[in-house]
Amino acid sequence: MNQGGRHSPFDLPIVLQLGPIPVTKPVVITWGLVTVLALGSRLLTSRLRVHAGRTQSALELLVTTIEGQLGEIIPDGGRSYLPLLGTMFIFLVFSNVSGIVPGLQAPTAHLETPAALALVVFLAVQVSGFRRHGFLGYLKEFARPSILLLPLNVLSELTRTFSLMIRLFGNIMSGEFIIAIVLGLAGLIVPLPLMGLELLTGLIQAYIFTTLAAVFIAAAVGKEQPT
Amino acid sequence: MTIEQISIVGAVVAVSFGAIGPALAEGRAVAAAMEAIARQPESAPSLSRTLFVGLAMIETMAIYCLVVALLILFANPFVHLR
Repeated sequence: MNQGGRHSPFDLPIVLQLGPIPVTKPVVITWGLVTVLALGSRLLTSRLRVHAGRTQSALELLVTTIEGQLGEIIPDGGRSYLPLLGTMFIFLVFSNVSGIVPGLQAPTAHLETPAALALVVFLAVQVSGFRRHGFLGYLKEFARPSILLLPLNVLSELTRTFSLMIRLFGNIMSGEFIIAIVLGLAGLIVPLPLMGLELLTGLIQAYIFTTLAAVFIAAAVGKEQPT
Repeated sequence: MTIEQISIVGAVVAVSFGAIGPALAEGRAVAAAMEAIARQPESAPSLSRTLFVGLAMIETMAIYCLVVALLILFANPFVHLR
């Protein structure tokens, strides 16, 4: 089944060994991305002025757009969730399109990175729900229409986190997979349109992941039943 | 048929039949959103945001089928690799 040079999308190439912990290629790429993003943000925001230059205007536009989008979803709370969700969006954009750089693989094309991000979203949803409603109040939210629906509500809480993970992984991984297959079948120039499509998919998936995280948080802090 | 051939057929069936439902559903969702935007162009931003989220939800079903197919092909518990 697994002959030839074809890599299974569930394989993880190990690049170095830190004591007992094997470090895989997506982890190294994630470290690189985090370093680049942190240093870049530090560098770009180190000299902020009142009369904004070109890069500062672009940055302000980015941040205010994300804040506006979050504010439409989470009423009276767009600002307080901006650090988490905005960082997540920017990281996702960069990691989804990083597969286009030769030699790099998108970290989100392996199951572990989306799993970690979905876990962060899950914890953020629970923590914000507890902070808004109090411990017992938030637990009561799960038994909202009737106590009979308690297992279903808990189940939906888990499955939507799972589907958040699988959606990101499946979209990014299938894009890379299709490019690899077409490259193997047809040659050098043919996968170019697919790579363009893959860029678009990466952006849309980053948007969708962030929007869904915001929707879940809004459902946890709001009055209405989590969907 | 050997287990390898059966699992290839299984993967094909999973993807092809799993794509039918989401395709129809996405078509209906986009058509409804188009109609709504044509009626009320001023509500286009919120409509398209909801549309994107809904499409992502629908598309998840197709992605599940794809992941199941890939599990059959690459992480099949009944096929011993090498």
